[in-house]
Amino acid sequence: MLRRLLKNFRFSVLPVPGRLIAVIFFAALFIIPLILPIPPYHMLVLTFTCIFAMFAVSWDLLSGYTGQVNFGHALFFGVGAYCSALLHKYLGWQPGVTIPIGAIVATFTGVVTCFPALRLRGPYLSLLTMAFPLMLLGMVIAFKDITGGEYGIMGLPPIAATGTAQYYICLIVMTVAVLIMWKLTDAGSKYVRTGLIFHAIREDEIAARASGINTIRYKLLAFAIGGLFAGIAGALYVHVLGIAGPSTLVMTMSFQAVIWVAFGGIVSIYGPIVGVFILYTLLHFLGIGGQTFIGRNQMLIMSIVVILILLFMPEGVAVWVRNKLERECPRCKLTNAAWRKECRACGASLH
Amino acid sequence: MPLIGRLIIQTLLKGGVYGLLASGFSLIFGMAHIINLAHTAFFMLAAYGMFYFMRELGWGAAQAIALTLVGVTLLGLLAYRFLLDRVRQHIVAVLLMTIALALAFQEVMLLAFGAHFQSAPTIIAGFTRILGVSVPNQQLLTLGIVAVVMVMLWLLLTKTKLGVSIRATAQDAEIASLMGISVPRTLLITMGIATALAAVAGISVAPLWTVYPEMWTPPLVMVMVIVVLGGLGSTKGSFIGAFIIALVENLVIFFMPSGSYLATVFALLAMVIVLVVRPAGLFGTIFEEEKL
Repeated sequence: MLRRLLKNFRFSVLPVPGRLIAVIFFAALFIIPLILPIPPYHMLVLTFTCIFAMFAVSWDLLSGYTGQVNFGHALFFGVGAYCSALLHKYLGWQPGVTIPIGAIVATFTGVVTCFPALRLRGPYLSLLTMAFPLMLLGMVIAFKDITGGEYGIMGLPPIAATGTAQYYICLIVMTVAVLIMWKLTDAGSKYVRTGLIFHAIREDEIAARASGINTIRYKLLAFAIGGLFAGIAGALYVHVLGIAGPSTLVMTMSFQAVIWVAFGGIVSIYGPIVGVFILYTLLHFLGIGGQTFIGRNQMLIMSIVVILILLFMPEGVAVWVRNKLERECPRCKLTNAAWRKECRACGASLH
Repeated sequence: MPLIGRLIIQTLLKGGVYGLLASGFSLIFGMAHIINLAHTAFFMLAAYGMFYFMRELGWGAAQAIALTLVGVTLLGLLAYRFLLDRVRQHIVAVLLMTIALALAFQEVMLLAFGAHFQSAPTIIAGFTRILGVSVPNQQLLTLGIVAVVMVMLWLLLTKTKLGVSIRATAQDAEIASLMGISVPRTLLITMGIATALAAVAGISVAPLWTVYPEMWTPPLVMVMVIVVLGGLGSTKGSFIGAFIIALVENLVIFFMPSGSYLATVFALLAMVIVLVVRPAGLFGTIFEEEKL
């Protein structure tokens, strides 16, 4: 087992720069907090980064891979958040129980929103999905006796005693979630067909149907998975923050996910992670809670960056960098480092 | 009776403003399939323009209106030419581009004027008694502007050569181009008209509504509801939808003063039902490739 892992690492990770960077990056996320003392503010930002990375990847699975462009992804985030907060407030349950329940309710929300969404596509679907979190937001503010209205539900317990422990819990949950979503969307996988089918639905739904794929079932699955991981992210978020407020449902929350994904690279699992780690973490590290110029004008900088990215790197930063670093062998389709002269497996010339 | 009078005036006022915004939104969607989420941001910019020129610089109404209208329209044209036109083919890119643009405008206004609630000075003072209620003349002026602009838009679209080419491009861009219509130019002109409509709406509400950097989001939601209800791409549908939604919103606010948040919920629910039951809306045509 260990030997196979080592062999895998030596022959399919080391020669490919993109994979090597991903492995080093995740290893660094796990190791650095153990070695270096990280101030509490930065620790908190990193914790939120992990949560939002999961949120962004779940949007990419639903909207990027399956092509169901959802502009109300905050619905699942907010449902997970409010569900686990309400369970704590009224029943006094602990985060260990309420977070999974919140995630399950968010999954059901995903399945329920899918039914009207099945009939629509393109801009119509985006408009429809944009409406759902706003409707829930209106209800949350209208019934303020139950939900706390604009102030939200305060005094939620943290998921662990120290900031570092919280970070590790969120990091592990995020890593597992991303691995699951990566495997589910892997079109070349021998074991799961979902990746291939998601791609087929995005490219041409009618052709997918004609090939005997029950597209409705797979769209439901995509909505459920998107809802599940966004719900987990939402529930974790409010427990780390301590407050479940209407900010989890606003339009900005939905669009942030889209912005991160488009920045990093749509239809790639690593793209959203890069997007969140660059845009969210960097802006907050440089901003330090609104004390510097960057901190006060985060939104402006973010929107200008998005406009520039859309104009000059429409495929996203991570994909752009990856295309510079890697090249596919024209004969055996194996990924090679861009600086190699011939393919590492079959020896075909790469130029 | 005074209650009904006030309800009618308020509905006409709100419906007119929503109608101006929604017809521009619908026009550019019907032409270029662009869902322009920055549409109401131009409305916000126009309101700020009026506030800045009239309150801060103390200009007269005529200069302020002219400069705001020209400035905002020019900005819309530049945004279309250099930003939107390049990503027009991809729906996610268009939505992102327009929302980023709207957020950028919002943040620039926040930097320039701060997060204060402002208002532009009224252009004409005084009250008139209609239907047993005294209506500020400013509101009547707004109603007048809306009516004139509506008639002008209708004349432009139905009676002029430009209107014919706009409608032809909306129906089928390829055939329109074969008939000798320059499609890119028509799209640019349509974007100019749409932005100018948003600017007129902003100019006419600047003295009536509060002006603040986030003032573009509540009308944006309403405009989307109206456009879906009236049928995406149908100008007539947008105006009728605007008055229906304005009536519903005002009825909810009049009878449930605390329920202004529920008004949005009901409006959005109406949009969801229309989208699911009849995606073409009341007057729209559904595009062939959107069908399932």
